[in-house]
Amino acid sequence: MNISGNPWIWVSALMSLAIFSFLYRDNPFYRFAEHVFVGVANGWAVTFYWHNVLAPSLFDPLFRQGQLYYIIPFAAGMLYFTRFIPRVSWLVRIPIGLYMGYYVGVSIPATIQAYIIKQVQGTILSAQNFQAWNAGNAGVVWSIILFIGVICTVSYFFFSREHKGVLGLSARVGIIFVMIGFGAAFGYTVMARISLLIGRLQFLLGPWLGIIE
Amino acid sequence: MIPIIICATMGLAPPTNVRAYDKPDDGGGTVVIEWQLSPEDAAVERYEIYRSADGADFERVGFIGKGRNNIEDNTADGIPYRYKVAAVIDSVRSYSEPSANVFSRPQWIDRPKLNVFAALIIFGAIILYFTYAARRGKAMFIRKIAGVQAIDDAVGRATEMGKPILYCPGIGYIEDIATIASLNILGEVAKKCAQYDTKLINPNRDPIVYTVAREIIKESYANVGRPDSFDPDCAYYVTDSQFAYAAAIDGVMLRERPATNFLVGWFRAESLILAETGASTGAIQIAGTDQVSQLPFFVTACDYTLIGEELYAASAYISKEPLLLGSIKGEDWGKFFIGLVLIIASVIALLTALPVLGLFN
Repeated sequence: MNISGNPWIWVSALMSLAIFSFLYRDNPFYRFAEHVFVGVANGWAVTFYWHNVLAPSLFDPLFRQGQLYYIIPFAAGMLYFTRFIPRVSWLVRIPIGLYMGYYVGVSIPATIQAYIIKQVQGTILSAQNFQAWNAGNAGVVWSIILFIGVICTVSYFFFSREHKGVLGLSARVGIIFVMIGFGAAFGYTVMARISLLIGRLQFLLGPWLGIIE
Repeated sequence: MIPIIICATMGLAPPTNVRAYDKPDDGGGTVVIEWQLSPEDAAVERYEIYRSADGADFERVGFIGKGRNNIEDNTADGIPYRYKVAAVIDSVRSYSEPSANVFSRPQWIDRPKLNVFAALIIFGAIILYFTYAARRGKAMFIRKIAGVQAIDDAVGRATEMGKPILYCPGIGYIEDIATIASLNILGEVAKKCAQYDTKLINPNRDPIVYTVAREIIKESYANVGRPDSFDPDCAYYVTDSQFAYAAAIDGVMLRERPATNFLVGWFRAESLILAETGASTGAIQIAGTDQVSQLPFFVTACDYTLIGEELYAASAYISKEPLLLGSIKGEDWGKFFIGLVLIIASVIALLTALPVLGLFN
């Protein structure tokens, strides 16, 4: 056993234990760690946005390099602060509208490309997609299962009709496919979380306590 | 040794047929250079690309490994350039003839994305049609969604117990569709809270989402005639950090002991932390997200889960707004259209491409 003498290792280890103490119940140690975490995260975010966004992308070009057209985004950003003045607080809707409009417009073509067209291309029963499984003749079977799964799952998400008759049967099969997918994703992610826990335990038993190499 | 022998005895043959052209279907600023490989390509170390704006002085602008016969170069639009490619072995360079003049320029239309444009027009037209029909008063049916049905009960339970309702919109930004749908649902939950005078807690991770959420809650209180009951501190900003936000909400769940937790919006790895903590406090939990990777955790740890598009439909179902109802109806037709395309395209692909069905060719 070779306990660390590095004070930062101790801070990190004690904070980890304080967070782990939540597994027992809410307690002063957890509250302390929670508030430190939130405070440090906010402090870090302020400096990060200042040094990486506001200064290089707005204040330097506008106030140091004299690029006056930057006054437009500056003014739009300042409108966020109007919410502190009740009489003109409605002005905050302008930058929010611009922001939402821009990003929704940008995301629509990308969403159609990635979530509709590419998915449809990959689901069609074609020789190319059979081979894409790299499973020989079994690729045909997998492609057919995928095709049925997609059609039935999509039918589950029909909202403007009651799930009765053929649609009801199809939706029932669809939700079974969905749950199988969830089960696989759950197992996969739990494995990833356990590896994170192992990483933290390795830190506590290694660099801190020196029990393991 | 072999490259030296080749150079010494035969001379290094340069790449040939160098062709430079403006990259098609882009926003400008890129030229594509292609060439025929040197006959000694197997011995070549790399190819170097040289560019000249005046046709005389060439400067190196890039290099690429052997066996590769094209590269893209970033250029200023409208300026004509000429390119040469050199095959390199050690310090020996063998230069090609220069290409013809080329200049980059932006194109108005990205032709490979015309299918996206067509899909956008088709889906847009369908949704606009149904939105218009809904506005004209046409009845739009939406089937019952279990999670939405439970909202009334959940708010009622909180009221009876005298405990608050926690509404967490996730860690998404305002442009995320799940966040927008979540804010629609928040508006309806806030109305019910205002009607029953139930305390609402709405911690936020993004400053803009926080601003919008606060306005929505305020408006909901005003819409049901209870503007005086609106608590400006019910919506607040916590932090930008994902896990600090999760830690803070866990703290709220344990200290405030909400009767109902809404975890509706865009979530990542914090989903299970929140859902498990909420479940341990005995609260009714209604969750919803379109993040497929997080849905399994909500399904296992929450009482009701809005799966994917159910989240979008839920906001329409609750609000009964013609705009949203029409878009849900339009989306259903869009899905029907996609299914039809899948079936037709598969039949055509099978009849024309599968060898065993070759008699149809």
